[in-house]
Amino acid sequence: MSLELAALTKRFGGVTAVNAVDLVVAPDQVFGLIGPNGAGKTTLINVIAGQLRPDGGTVRFDGRDITGVEAHERVRRGIARTFQGGRLFKGLSAFENVLVGRHTRMRSDVLASLVPFRTRTEDQERERADALLERVGLRQRAGMLAGELAYGDQRRLEIARALASEPRLLILDEPAAGLNPTESARLRELMRALVADGITIILIEHDVRLVMGTCERVAVLNFGRKIAEGSPAEIQADPAVREAYLGAEDAA
Amino acid sequence: MDAIGDFLAAYSTTIAVIGVNALLALSVWVTLYAGQLTLGNAAFMAIGAYTSALLGRHLGTPFPLALAIGAVAAAVLAAPLGITVFRLRGVYLAIATLAFGEVVRVVLLATPITGRGQGLNGIPPKTELWHIYASLALVAYVLWRVQGSTVGRSWAAIREDELAAQSQGIAVRRYKLTAFVMGALVAGWAGGLSAHVTFSIDPNDFAFTKAVQILVFAVVGGVPSVLGPIFGAALLTSLPELLRPLKDARDIFQGLLLLGVILYLPRGLVTLAQLRRTRELHEIGATDVA
Repeated sequence: MSLELAALTKRFGGVTAVNAVDLVVAPDQVFGLIGPNGAGKTTLINVIAGQLRPDGGTVRFDGRDITGVEAHERVRRGIARTFQGGRLFKGLSAFENVLVGRHTRMRSDVLASLVPFRTRTEDQERERADALLERVGLRQRAGMLAGELAYGDQRRLEIARALASEPRLLILDEPAAGLNPTESARLRELMRALVADGITIILIEHDVRLVMGTCERVAVLNFGRKIAEGSPAEIQADPAVREAYLGAEDAA
Repeated sequence: MDAIGDFLAAYSTTIAVIGVNALLALSVWVTLYAGQLTLGNAAFMAIGAYTSALLGRHLGTPFPLALAIGAVAAAVLAAPLGITVFRLRGVYLAIATLAFGEVVRVVLLATPITGRGQGLNGIPPKTELWHIYASLALVAYVLWRVQGSTVGRSWAAIREDELAAQSQGIAVRRYKLTAFVMGALVAGWAGGLSAHVTFSIDPNDFAFTKAVQILVFAVVGGVPSVLGPIFGAALLTSLPELLRPLKDARDIFQGLLLLGVILYLPRGLVTLAQLRRTRELHEIGATDVA
């Protein structure tokens, strides 16, 4: 896995949400992306995952330029994401959510489905989905509608769904928002375990403690520009960051 | 057996119309299941009806082949139309497909070979009841199985949240188009069958009212299951017969029934079965595990 952003720019009308950002994410780590509200973090990952087209610059994944590649194709190439606040298929069961997440790794079974028995591949897919639910601790709730799950469970289900596509790069947009300290600690463990499995994570987070405790490397955005990048300790010591972000938070 | 025979003889037209309407309701179900509101299926029905009737009349095409060509013609037209209109969503999509329906109607009104406003008369009654019900069984079976496949799950995902569906690797536009073309194929086939039941067809048989009627069958019956549209079509088609004793109050009662379903069972009549199950689970305090 390698991800390189070069001079990436995205404008909305007169506002430059992401301004000439260069970024290299090395494999097998948790890479933190922080910044005050409106700094352009979510816009940046929307460009990386393909939901938005940039106005300038390039996105390279595994050395190939994917700037013009459609979002659904990027999933096939190994980029998965979750959404800020969550976007589950609320009317489908937890299990079905994960099965939809398997979409790019499953062969279309339309013709096979016309025969009224379960095939072996189908059984394998079901086992795999069960295993993913188990991994995030939701096996017991597999049959519940996603919309009826407790908030913390919904967040974990969204991660399980993203993992179902067997990503090499996983982008988590504020996964800890609204979680209690116990859930937050479990999330951190899960992220470490995923990195150990060879998945690279980009973590957008407001919880500074979680970012500092989990990430190998952190980039700071402010007004669409990258103002700092380094280890958590370096970031905490950086005067520009203190002023733009941590300082502002201290003052509040 | 005689009783059944008499019943079929007396009501054969109604029974045929129920079957055709159920097919039409299923044709719009496909797009509804994918969360797309389209109103072009009356036009696809017209294309199937006119194509098959004209082929039979002028070229002597065998009936099954004429039906198939009519259905394929509707599907072939649906593909480029779908590519264009699926840039739109929600009510704009509905209006665009409705506009297509009007275009088809006006073209039929203006073209000499389709008989202009008089339509086509004397279409041989080649459709047997079993043709309709065998088609219905086949279409319902295929759609039921597709619903449980990767394609059906993708449609459901698009309906629930298009952006999230795309982020799971689903080629959203392609899946919408597939649903649209499949719907057109079924509607075209149903149109061919219906033309050979009714003896005559004219452009106004396939106008706005028909498009809305098809939609109402599916919505009242319920989109969660393929049984919904079939049930909705059967109920709403037979209702005028069943309510005949009410005489003038018939339409009022029908309107009230529709209103009641939309208000209290917004996901359709098939959800009645689900409601009962949920209530039973409530009674034993088991909603958590369900």
